[in-house]
Amino acid sequence: MLEQIPFISIIVFTPLVTAVLLMLLPPERKTAIRVISAIAAFITMALSICLFFAYNQAQGGYQFTERTDWIPQLGISYFVGVDGLNLPLVVLTGIVAFTGVLVSWGIEDRPREFFTFFFILVTGVFGVFVSLDMFLLFFFYELAVFPMYLLIGIWGWPVTREYAAMKLTLYLLVGSVFSLVGALAMYFSYTTPQGTHTFDMLELARAGFSPDFQRLWFLPTFLGFAVLAGLWPFHNWSPDGHVAAPTAVSMLHAGVLMKLGAYSALRVGVILLPEGAKTFLPFIVMLAVVNVVYGAFIAMIQRDFKYVIGFSSVSHMGLVSLGFATMNHYGWVGAGLQMFSHGIMTALFFAVVGMVYDRAHIRDIPQLGGMVRKMPWAAVAFIIGGLVSMGMPGFSGFVSELPIFIGAWRAGSIAAWYPVIAVVAALFGIPVTAAYIMRVVGRVFFGELPPQFAHIPGITVQDKIALAILVFFLIGLGVYPRIMADLIGVGVRPFLAALGGA
Amino acid sequence: MQFTTFDPNSLLAILPEILLLGLIVLVLGLDLALPESRRRNLGLLAGLGQLAILAAMLAFSRPNGEGISLWGGMFRHDLFTLIFRGMFLVAGAATSLISLDVRGINRQGEYYAILLAAVLGMNLMAASNDLIMLYVALETTSIALYLLAGYLRDDVRSSEAGLKYFLFGSVSSAVMLYGLSLLYGMTGKTGLREVAAALTNVQDTLPIIGAAVMIAVGFGFKVAAAPFHFWTPDVYEGAPPPVTAFISVASKAAGFSVLLRFFTAVFPVIQPQWGPLMAAIAAVTMTIGNVLAIPQRNIKRMLAYSSIAQAGYALIGFVAGGEFGLAATTYYLLMYVLTNIAAFTVVILFANLTGSEEIYDYAGLSRRSPYLAFAMLLALLSLGGIPPLAGFFAKVYVFAAAINTGLVWLAVVGVVNAIIGLYYYLTVAKVMYVHRSEEEHIPVPVPRVYAVVLALLVVGIIVLAVGANPWLDWATQAARPFFVAGGG
Amino acid sequence: MDFILNNLLTLIVFTPLVGSVLIMLLPRENKPLLRWAAFVFSLVPAALSILLWFVYQPDVGGFQFEVYAPWFPTINAGYHVGVDGISVAMILLTGILTPLAILISFSIEERVQAYMALFLLLEMGMMGVFVALDLIIFFVFWEFGLVPMYFLINQWGGADRHYASFKFFIYTMAGSVGMLLAIQAMGLTAGTFDLLGIAQVWPNLTVGLFGLPITTVKTIAFWAFFLAFAIKVPIWPFHTWLPDAHTEAPTAGSMILAGILLKLGAYGFLRIIQPLFPHEFQAFALPVAILALLAIVLGAYASLGQRDFKKLIAYSSVSHMGMVVLGLAVAARVLGADEATRLNGIIAANGAVLQMFNHGLYSAALFALVGVVYERTHTRNLDDYGGLWVALPVYGGMLIFSSMASLGLPGLNGFVSEFLVVRGAWPVFPAITFIGLLGLLLSAAYSLKAIQKVLHGPLNPHWTHLKEVTWREALAIAPLMLLMIAIGVWPRWLLDVINLTVTRMIG
Repeated sequence: MLEQIPFISIIVFTPLVTAVLLMLLPPERKTAIRVISAIAAFITMALSICLFFAYNQAQGGYQFTERTDWIPQLGISYFVGVDGLNLPLVVLTGIVAFTGVLVSWGIEDRPREFFTFFFILVTGVFGVFVSLDMFLLFFFYELAVFPMYLLIGIWGWPVTREYAAMKLTLYLLVGSVFSLVGALAMYFSYTTPQGTHTFDMLELARAGFSPDFQRLWFLPTFLGFAVLAGLWPFHNWSPDGHVAAPTAVSMLHAGVLMKLGAYSALRVGVILLPEGAKTFLPFIVMLAVVNVVYGAFIAMIQRDFKYVIGFSSVSHMGLVSLGFATMNHYGWVGAGLQMFSHGIMTALFFAVVGMVYDRAHIRDIPQLGGMVRKMPWAAVAFIIGGLVSMGMPGFSGFVSELPIFIGAWRAGSIAAWYPVIAVVAALFGIPVTAAYIMRVVGRVFFGELPPQFAHIPGITVQDKIALAILVFFLIGLGVYPRIMADLIGVGVRPFLAALGGA
Repeated sequence: MQFTTFDPNSLLAILPEILLLGLIVLVLGLDLALPESRRRNLGLLAGLGQLAILAAMLAFSRPNGEGISLWGGMFRHDLFTLIFRGMFLVAGAATSLISLDVRGINRQGEYYAILLAAVLGMNLMAASNDLIMLYVALETTSIALYLLAGYLRDDVRSSEAGLKYFLFGSVSSAVMLYGLSLLYGMTGKTGLREVAAALTNVQDTLPIIGAAVMIAVGFGFKVAAAPFHFWTPDVYEGAPPPVTAFISVASKAAGFSVLLRFFTAVFPVIQPQWGPLMAAIAAVTMTIGNVLAIPQRNIKRMLAYSSIAQAGYALIGFVAGGEFGLAATTYYLLMYVLTNIAAFTVVILFANLTGSEEIYDYAGLSRRSPYLAFAMLLALLSLGGIPPLAGFFAKVYVFAAAINTGLVWLAVVGVVNAIIGLYYYLTVAKVMYVHRSEEEHIPVPVPRVYAVVLALLVVGIIVLAVGANPWLDWATQAARPFFVAGGG
Repeated sequence: MDFILNNLLTLIVFTPLVGSVLIMLLPRENKPLLRWAAFVFSLVPAALSILLWFVYQPDVGGFQFEVYAPWFPTINAGYHVGVDGISVAMILLTGILTPLAILISFSIEERVQAYMALFLLLEMGMMGVFVALDLIIFFVFWEFGLVPMYFLINQWGGADRHYASFKFFIYTMAGSVGMLLAIQAMGLTAGTFDLLGIAQVWPNLTVGLFGLPITTVKTIAFWAFFLAFAIKVPIWPFHTWLPDAHTEAPTAGSMILAGILLKLGAYGFLRIIQPLFPHEFQAFALPVAILALLAIVLGAYASLGQRDFKKLIAYSSVSHMGMVVLGLAVAARVLGADEATRLNGIIAANGAVLQMFNHGLYSAALFALVGVVYERTHTRNLDDYGGLWVALPVYGGMLIFSSMASLGLPGLNGFVSEFLVVRGAWPVFPAITFIGLLGLLLSAAYSLKAIQKVLHGPLNPHWTHLKEVTWREALAIAPLMLLMIAIGVWPRWLLDVINLTVTRMIG
């Protein structure tokens, strides 16, 4: 009986239903709005975690699938399911959404509309992760883009929000168009035994496209999504977008949306067009390394607290791309772990940045200082996030970066310079990351507390709960990586077999 | 022409038209009888009356199977006609209802009567199966619309709009008539099917192409496709707002109905020629509409150019042809009718309070009247093609139809245009939601009738989206007869 | 009891963590509670490490109390721990020093809770390194120890603490990055990260990593490890972080830093470099010995020139650790030689390990004593002191005692280890040893200089009313002194355990 319950659809659509419910409430009842939002987000988080543990690792494959025909004339169906690859990301979304609601408790300007658009965004994100039908994936993807525009444009940082929102929307739309073209190419090239076209990704994976076809269409498909993943040089929208967005949106944005790009690039680009992947991924690796190194260096010279974190995200996503580009088990598991770990970590960073900004009203690092006195828990949380960021053992960053580097070494059989890339990325990325993290921590949290901040309030209970949850996962994964690594391993195995990787 | 025995079914087939005629008489009569203060109810009568007619049509006038030709082959009674008549009735009803509080027209019985006449003419256009019937219906509609556009005699812009509309319209009608007469000359027939059959025997395609081009001028004017779109911005801006709404949706839909029926039925023989031409027109229409919409500051002008672009998208389905293509266009028009009227409703309400039609005066609307802004947002997003709204599905269908027929370049142009279009739609959204204004605390008054109409339209957009597939099936069914041998 | 014995190592490593968490749960303002709680919590690993000492069987070869649990199977890294004679000694040292250092820290007034929690976390990091038998686990604990130390210096340190802590962190981390890459390379080539597993296949490996011959891979790995450990020990010229870090750290921090953290580097040489890279180490034994010599002599010379009491002791650490490195170099050099020569190596290695233990004792004591006087006088400038013997006779006695141990007075522990190193090194590196003896001379010089400046001469009028050492301070330093004399007079109890392991390793 339990298998009949459409857990995935419940998880995906609860936020949307909540959004509709919220619009029916009168706008003055702010507390009710916040409480309902928190409850709804908590439910999705709890369900996603339950789903995580309910997944049968021995069996593997896609589980909890649901399938109904939607537009049969076009071969489109509502087809969703979870496997080892997207289930951690579903959990990640649940966690970040819930903590995002908690840290948005203090929004006074039209919280009802804020949470409405926020939940529409969350539905879109969930939907992309669980979609096994390409059209459905794009559908949810587009659904996720426009609420971003409104959320950033209305509640974002007044100085740059309109510009950032427009830039973000256009970049992401153009990127999705490219991927859509590639996806449609696949759609039209393959005819099912029944004589129709289909968007079903499982069938398309068996379609047997010719190697030339795959090589031709891999780049637009992959790169279109890689824009969302922040792959250099298409990362330009990301720092401005992150900085301009309100805190919870930045958390979701950097924490989850960029993973959406990486995941979609993988699911639609690499898995459906493996020959193309084999040909081009080695070059993508070079871009990924630029991400890692360039992102780190630029982060170091930023004056604005949030921009440091924004560029740090660009840098860490490079590691994800690097991991996938190794096309072996280590790299993929590492990339999967990194997606989760980085998601939580960056959500934590932006949450803390938001807490500081809400109280100090500036983000200029030279003018900040001594925040540990006013918000010690936030400082500790940020430091832990910083340690994750540097890959300090004991935390999730280490257990995710290590397999990526090992994977890069192993990929020496693909191209001799892969290990060199790994070395370069490690040598430059890690110490520079350590340097800018320590710089920010030292300047913002320690040192003298400027007199104008002598009376700022501490962080709220909701903030503390959110930080506690995020820290819990960062440490938990660091200490016990198996809890997720095994699942991801199960998930990536079939795809790697198809790619011919180890 | 055959004279057959009188068939009650043929009366039932034109029941909506008969009822419309009755309603016109009723409205005019009451206009004489009622005092000035109560004349607003005429609008209610007209609106609700049309809805009642819609219900009656769905109950009693449904065609069986593939449809039949009635009244001597002049009137085609099939699913296609039904759907379009539904569109016109809905559009007419909505227009009547949203005219209730517009000064200058709301208490004029003649206004509602002419509106009903326009709806009547459009119904006949959709059903026409004969060259002469077509022309008569078209002119009925057009004249009614010219009058409506210039209705506000004291307003110089309205008069200008009416006159411009009349001049452009007359010229294009004349050209079309010449094309129709060429067809008659070549074939000696007036019934569409007979003409189509006769054309297959004509050796020289050049005159056929000539006729087709001239007829296309007429239809193109109605549809406001490039390069026959020049009248649109000025007329839309000048006409009374409800009339603009009506022209933008109903007259366009009517134009499409004849375009679809006529070209598919009559000109398959020269399809290879008019196909690429139409494709080019579609592409140009979309592009011009979108590009010119960007710099607009007046919302009615923006919506005018937007509707030009929307016509372009709808044309794609027509160009693609086939059952699916036509069904896609029909679905697109369904979506468009609901969406555009919703947008214009908001414009009317806003103009009633502030007297302004400038986009940047909409600043802070989301704070003044959140539901109004939200309705506008949904309408804009649907026009822009954002999921999960109906406009998204409509675009998917037309693009899919294009790709299916091999017109990939057209689909690409369409997609690019969609993105361009998003820019100006989102600008309005941005103004409403992001910009602030000093008048934020003054809500926009929304009379109950308007609220109901708007709510119903929004629900309609959502229903159309959620149940996209059943609607598409229905539209496909309507298009099928065109491609069955002996159909059309 | 069985449970304890079966999981002894895990308990030793993680009880400090438990203690740290418990500290965080106590009320923040109740400083006495926090201090005593921390002290009591630190007694648990101390007791366990003493227990370990007694149940460890020196004659039995291999690693004892081994535990293996899969941790991160994806990359073939498991939680594999175990001890031999060397680790047991180090664990004992750590276990003893930590409670004493906490006792000394009772005088910290600011943010006691965070301080104590960090301190216990630091202990976990150090213990973890000493028991690790898997390269990844080794690395995890190695890195982990960096963070609490960084904060201890950065938050509770002296005037220049930001610079010192930052330098410490970045230096060590830079070395660690190289080590991480080397670990990855080793893991890939050998197919596992487990030290024992690697040890089995490593000598026989023929296939390198993507085209590079195995010898190149080994050489690169060797240098990466060497660099990382050299920074930690520290070996000249990678020592520049040490004087700043030691000086700016709070007293207890310096005790642990000098007492144990430096030993981590030397331990790394013994645990990883010597067993896995014997040939490479042998090839470079001479240069390493020369660097050791430079450390011994230049470190002592620098010590001599210091005005700052703490910096003087810091540089003396460089010098003493140089002696350790010399011993290790000798042990490396004698690989494959005949029995007699190898014996030299064994002796030198014994001396090195013993020196690690001894230095831990007396440098901790010395730093503690510096702290004592600093708290009273608020200056570390040697010229500011004078004649303190009169005011603080007990203090003076302790200072002299510890200094004598440091300079190697026979009868105290320093002599034994230094003698062993010299005895072993003489036949192998005669010239170097000879010059090294100069260092011993200098060591005497600076020690006596310090004593003279601090204790002798007329009592500086500023300090007439200084208080004598308190019970707490005495309690913190006394055990160290006891051990110093115990080892000095009867070193066998410690040496035997070390010797058996070293002999198996080198002999």
